Amino acid sequence: MAKKDTMRALVRRGIDEETADKLAGHFTLSALKKASLEEVQRAGLSEDQASAVLHTLGRKIAAGQAAPEKSVDERQAVINEFTRIKGIGPSKAEALYEAGFRSLLELQLQPIEAIAEVKGIGRKYAAIIKNHLTPSREEAMKKFATIKGIGPSRTQKLWDAGYRSTLDLKVATEEELEEVVGSAATQIKEEVGDLDARDILAKVDTIPPPEIKESEERAALRQAIQAVLAKQDEYLPRSVVTQIIEKIAGKDIPQKKLTELVTRVVEEYNQALMDPLEACGIVGAQSIGEPGTQMTMRTFHYAGVAEINVTLGLPRLIEIVDARKSPSTPMMTVYLEGGYKVNRDMAKQIANKIEITRLINVAEVTTDLGTMTVIVTPHLKALERRDITIEDIEKKLKTVRRAKIKRVNDVIEVKPTEEVYKELQRINEEIKSIKIKGINGIKRAIIRKEKDEYVIFTEGSNFEEILALDGVDKTRTTTNDIYATYNVLGIEAARNAIIHEAYSTLQEQGLNVDIRHIMLVADTMTADGTVRPIGRQGISGEKSSVIARAAFEITVNHLLKAAKKGEVDQLRGVAENIIVGQPIKLGTGSVELSVDVSKMRKKGE
Amino acid sequence: MHFNILKHELVPYFKVLSREEVEKLLSVYGISKGDLPKMVVTDPVSRAIGTREGDVVKIVRRSRTAGESVAYRLIVGTGMGDIRTLESDEED
Repeated sequence: MAKKDTMRALVRRGIDEETADKLAGHFTLSALKKASLEEVQRAGLSEDQASAVLHTLGRKIAAGQAAPEKSVDERQAVINEFTRIKGIGPSKAEALYEAGFRSLLELQLQPIEAIAEVKGIGRKYAAIIKNHLTPSREEAMKKFATIKGIGPSRTQKLWDAGYRSTLDLKVATEEELEEVVGSAATQIKEEVGDLDARDILAKVDTIPPPEIKESEERAALRQAIQAVLAKQDEYLPRSVVTQIIEKIAGKDIPQKKLTELVTRVVEEYNQALMDPLEACGIVGAQSIGEPGTQMTMRTFHYAGVAEINVTLGLPRLIEIVDARKSPSTPMMTVYLEGGYKVNRDMAKQIANKIEITRLINVAEVTTDLGTMTVIVTPHLKALERRDITIEDIEKKLKTVRRAKIKRVNDVIEVKPTEEVYKELQRINEEIKSIKIKGINGIKRAIIRKEKDEYVIFTEGSNFEEILALDGVDKTRTTTNDIYATYNVLGIEAARNAIIHEAYSTLQEQGLNVDIRHIMLVADTMTADGTVRPIGRQGISGEKSSVIARAAFEITVNHLLKAAKKGEVDQLRGVAENIIVGQPIKLGTGSVELSVDVSKMRKKGE
Repeated sequence: MHFNILKHELVPYFKVLSREEVEKLLSVYGISKGDLPKMVVTDPVSRAIGTREGDVVKIVRRSRTAGESVAYRLIVGTGMGDIRTLESDEED
């Protein structure tokens, strides 16, 4: 590796230029990774610098999702260690090693899901591993009790707070322990010690930030630009840097010109930024509200898919902003993977699997009062079309309580165990609505070809269960039910879902609203970790100012309650200051003038 | 968990911050931990990466406007549940 390349590689990993320069003169990248502390120091670094460098390199390797490869003997040692766990044989131990686990300690610290994900190890064995490594309740409590200052009550408190072993005590900070056991925390820390497990905890499960593939040349340019920015202690977002690269790629720019270029760009960027304390909330609200008045309140067919109705326009926007628990027309876009997405028949298979089919859809249900039987006559063609057999129907019918099933050729007879008219009626009703096939909630599944793959659109949404199916692309499938997205994928995904839904609702109506306003709304709605509606049940209702709430909705109640309790309004927000007649604390009003009397000149001086 | 939600399109990149990194972050912005946006400890992502109450995660999102954008969230407990459902004191 040439010295320049090594230097660049080191800088890319986070080492400063000067140190990188020194190192590059003595090592290649791979040699450096294997070097010892003394060897690195010989290149002209202090002990601290050397250990910092090795630490960074070590950390970077771990973050690249490949745990440091130990020599063959060490690998075997780790695998043997794993095999000692009851239930884990040599093949599973190997699988654990390949997945990146290097010690029992890591297995103890990683969540059970991370272990279950390893190929060859499912939930069952992950649970076995975890059980083996975590002491039982009695063991743990006994261990806690041996620490000076921890009596039975504090032991219980530790357990209730989630601590399961001395390892947990090691990983926690003294402050955290203080919250649980008060002053005894110091004693615990003295006896148990500390363990910084941040690296281990974050290692296996987090997926590294997707590296955007760039050509060597562009990556180098980006490096250079970042270096200039770092020197000036300025910031440019990634997309702006990309634009600079677009302009100068291929041209040979001397360093001085590049610096000047970057400086100019930084100037322009800083000027384009919004001022601090600008009233961005109201600007955003108006920017969304104004085009809202141009939206129609009609609903029409989802453009392209002739059969599925989806709420559009203003009613949909209101649903989103009100954080409704489920939309009035839930819909899912199910992407498929592998063979399922190129083969229409296989796609149809999945569509049939998820679309709900009830018995009355495929069979005729009649009652014969004479013989006290309910007769189920399946339509053979309908069965064929949906890929169901009469045996399937029989199996489902067996779940009917207090009834006897008898198959006669292509017809099924159902008799109540107690031959009473009431029972007959009950069976009749129950049978008619019995679900034969499909996932709850999916009323219809339609296949369409998009670009070069088959996609299933469903009327009705059951996000969790769909994602559990084979053949479904679990990374791209989405639903328009924001609450479901929140429950399955988390708050960040919900934020993205809100932005996507709101933006496309506006787009579809032909309105162009800058996405930043919508991003602000989405950020506000998801700021506390849950999806809060904007209205009085949510953000507006949680304001601390009485006057602001009274001005928003239900005026008299708020004022009465506040008066009863003797509440104080700090007059910190916008609404209350306007009502009272003072300048608001945004923009101009964010600044107060003050005078330093000691610096004032006396008259005549 | 049948699959890794962190791989889904809608879910950005998460990283747990070490104690030093958290302190640096708080001092750079001049805030305290409670001022950060939050994520509940029972959140599917929080469960997947094994964070506990009090941790801070760094989030790198793909952004249409800036290419990449960094955000932080403080992991928070479920507390009393939904405050909104607590009955407010009614009239006498």
